[in-house]
Amino acid sequence: MTVEQQLRKLAGKSGITRRGFMQSALALGATTALATTIADRAFAEPKMGGRFRCGLGHGATSDSLDPATFLDLYMQTVNAAARNNLTEIAQDGSLIPELAESIDTADAKTWKFTLRQGVEFHNGKTLDANDVIASLNHHRGEASKSAAKELLKPVVEMKADGANAVVFTLEDGNADFPVVLSDYHMPIMPADGDGVDWQSGAGTGGYVLESFEPGVRTTLKRNPNFFKEGFGHFDEVEVITIADVAARTNALTTGEIDAMDRVDLKTAHLLAQREGINIVETSGTQHFTFTMRCDTPPFDNVDVRLALKHAIDREAIVRTILRGHGTLGNDHPISRSNRYHADNLEQRAYDPDKARHHLKQAGMEGLSIDLSAADAAFAGAVDAAVLYKEHAAAAGININVVREPDDGYWSNVWMVKPYCAVYWGGRPTEDWMFSTAYAADAAWNDSFWKHDHFNELLLAARSELDEAKRRSMYEEMQAIVSNDGGVLIPMFANYVMALSDKIGHGQMAANWSMDGFKCSERWWFA
Amino acid sequence: MTHILIMVAQRLALGLLTLFAVSLIIFLGVELLPGDITQAILGQGATPETVAAFRRELKLDLPPHERYIAWLGGIVQGDLGQSLANKREITELMGVRLQNTLFLAFIAAVISIPLALGLGILAALYRNSLYDRAVNVFTLSSISFPEFFVAYILILVFAVHLGWFPSISNIGHELGFWERVYRTIMPALTLTLVVVAHMMRMTRAAIINLLASPYIEMATLKGLPRSRIIVRHALPNALAPIINVVVINLAYLIVGVVIVEVVFVYPGLGQLLIDAVRTRDIPVVQATGLVFAAAYILLNLSADVLSIMTNPRLLHPR
Repeated sequence: MTVEQQLRKLAGKSGITRRGFMQSALALGATTALATTIADRAFAEPKMGGRFRCGLGHGATSDSLDPATFLDLYMQTVNAAARNNLTEIAQDGSLIPELAESIDTADAKTWKFTLRQGVEFHNGKTLDANDVIASLNHHRGEASKSAAKELLKPVVEMKADGANAVVFTLEDGNADFPVVLSDYHMPIMPADGDGVDWQSGAGTGGYVLESFEPGVRTTLKRNPNFFKEGFGHFDEVEVITIADVAARTNALTTGEIDAMDRVDLKTAHLLAQREGINIVETSGTQHFTFTMRCDTPPFDNVDVRLALKHAIDREAIVRTILRGHGTLGNDHPISRSNRYHADNLEQRAYDPDKARHHLKQAGMEGLSIDLSAADAAFAGAVDAAVLYKEHAAAAGININVVREPDDGYWSNVWMVKPYCAVYWGGRPTEDWMFSTAYAADAAWNDSFWKHDHFNELLLAARSELDEAKRRSMYEEMQAIVSNDGGVLIPMFANYVMALSDKIGHGQMAANWSMDGFKCSERWWFA
Repeated sequence: MTHILIMVAQRLALGLLTLFAVSLIIFLGVELLPGDITQAILGQGATPETVAAFRRELKLDLPPHERYIAWLGGIVQGDLGQSLANKREITELMGVRLQNTLFLAFIAAVISIPLALGLGILAALYRNSLYDRAVNVFTLSSISFPEFFVAYILILVFAVHLGWFPSISNIGHELGFWERVYRTIMPALTLTLVVVAHMMRMTRAAIINLLASPYIEMATLKGLPRSRIIVRHALPNALAPIINVVVINLAYLIVGVVIVEVVFVYPGLGQLLIDAVRTRDIPVVQATGLVFAAAYILLNLSADVLSIMTNPRLLHPR
């Protein structure tokens, strides 16, 4: 790699400031002139204008503007351009109010959200408390099919306090409740009669929806009344579905689009060398797992689970399957970008002897099991399973990799087969992640794992407002999941994107791909 | 003439029956697939509760025969219904896509049919010459490669290296006709390379077949030039098989181009069908299936009519 390429890579890294960049650049032996040129481009002040064309690997004809049905990056990106939530995750990962102006609570049980004044929807209506209530009620109630239904279940009451404030009363205290409201399923839309108007796509966001062709493309134009200062720089935004990764890459290299997600990891290093294109990656909460059902023998035995966790060479998996674009997993779902990540928990290593030892403890030497995988679970799942089979063979475990059909994987394999590959986008908070998939009564407790002490801690930590106590509880919970849980987490995968070097951006949010879905709002043409 | 009209009417009636059978087969086929739309759409987010609520909303809790009859009732009144996935009117969803597909098929046909016929006639004219062999080798190799490979090669040459054409066909309704043609050229060229061989070979074979006939020998003995013999004497009699092959390829251009659509991100019917099957969106699968079946039926019918029209013995039977 030339110095220039190294510098461009460095400048694209999330979290780096102009000053930090200049220091490292000079340390790398770059001339001041070169470093300044690249820094000027990378850390330029945002400029207005231009048509931003964004090519995404998701999107289908079946997509709908109804936030209850959002499934993938395509609708998430469109939604983030057109609508806002009460709260948002900022570029540095902190939680900030978005349509709310202030958030108050005394006991983490009753929450008062005061709204910004004078925010207008694209249809001219002024935002008030009724819109918030209608938008959130869209996910509640018996008939709801929304994925946010579970998230809003703890809300006992939601009422307007004047036109500009909403008060939520929760079943139990939850210190992370404002984070929950930043979820992409819960944008605020204009109330309409008894319900909410999702059909028109009207929101308060930086861009007004112009046309929406599901599975093809969506066009939006700048909202002149956008309430945020210093965001929403493009004149127009076009979000295009390009499912085929080769087509996506070609479109970027020939200038048909300005940015793409899901770079082909096999060719990322070649793409990075190309003039005018920058590879950007963020390391967030996305992780891939092999999940065992703890209610099914032999996985009901903790020694078997530990043996299987010791029998995988995580470094080889990250190197081969992710081509290095990821980090090692430690069998718990909390990423390094999470607030309470347990840094002191020892990284589990590949240790066939320990695996044998645990098998012996369990009295199951020569264990033979089936592992179900399909690329629907995550790209490279079948390859990862086959690699794992080889690693485990050294520990005397015989893994039989069953290749399942992609079609219907989530209905017929996930949470059905005793051992299978799973994809998790991850969640921004510890409580959210654990209550989604590790609590005994969680609908997606896909390992069917029940640990009493863990569940007690989960409840206690949720309403704990003391930072230090909370940290120690979450660290203990990570250790419990890692040492007892039924989920083998070998890797956290980076979000790898490619951008034309005409695109300027600040620090890149790591919570989701494409700058936390907010590329249209946060990026600009330099 | 009247017997042609009678035949057309009969064939159309049979076609309706075929469409009915096709719709039944598609419906049963999609029913047999594991999972249903609620699970497909909710994906990892499907809990028993949300699935049940969703099924009630879509009336999927009714038995299959009731749903089929309700759907059939709508079709008879010209109502294709709504997509289960996003509640959009199927006519609206399919209208633009159908136009795009027909447009691509049209452009590909405009390039490939004259090209194939021209190459085929010349190949018959200069049979076994170097030219004949070269054309055969070239067209047969382009048909032998998978479509996506041909497409990638074209992208590499014309989009990445030469920069003449866009690598994706970003087609919008606001584009003018020539801009649309420009953006459609790459997928159309790919399709041309895929279909030319079949039509070219048939043209060549049909003409050569006739060259041994006594009346061609007569024409040769009269001293007519070879080109005139082939174009004026042989070609009209060879038209029937050529028309059949051309029509089969036209039908292919309409219903079989999904891979090309994916590679060039061309918003046609194929992609719609795949998305619909993946999400088990039965009404959309049905509607698309019917359009494809209707295209086959109508094109086959026109092939037969054209064959009769070009053959006086069939046109004026005794």
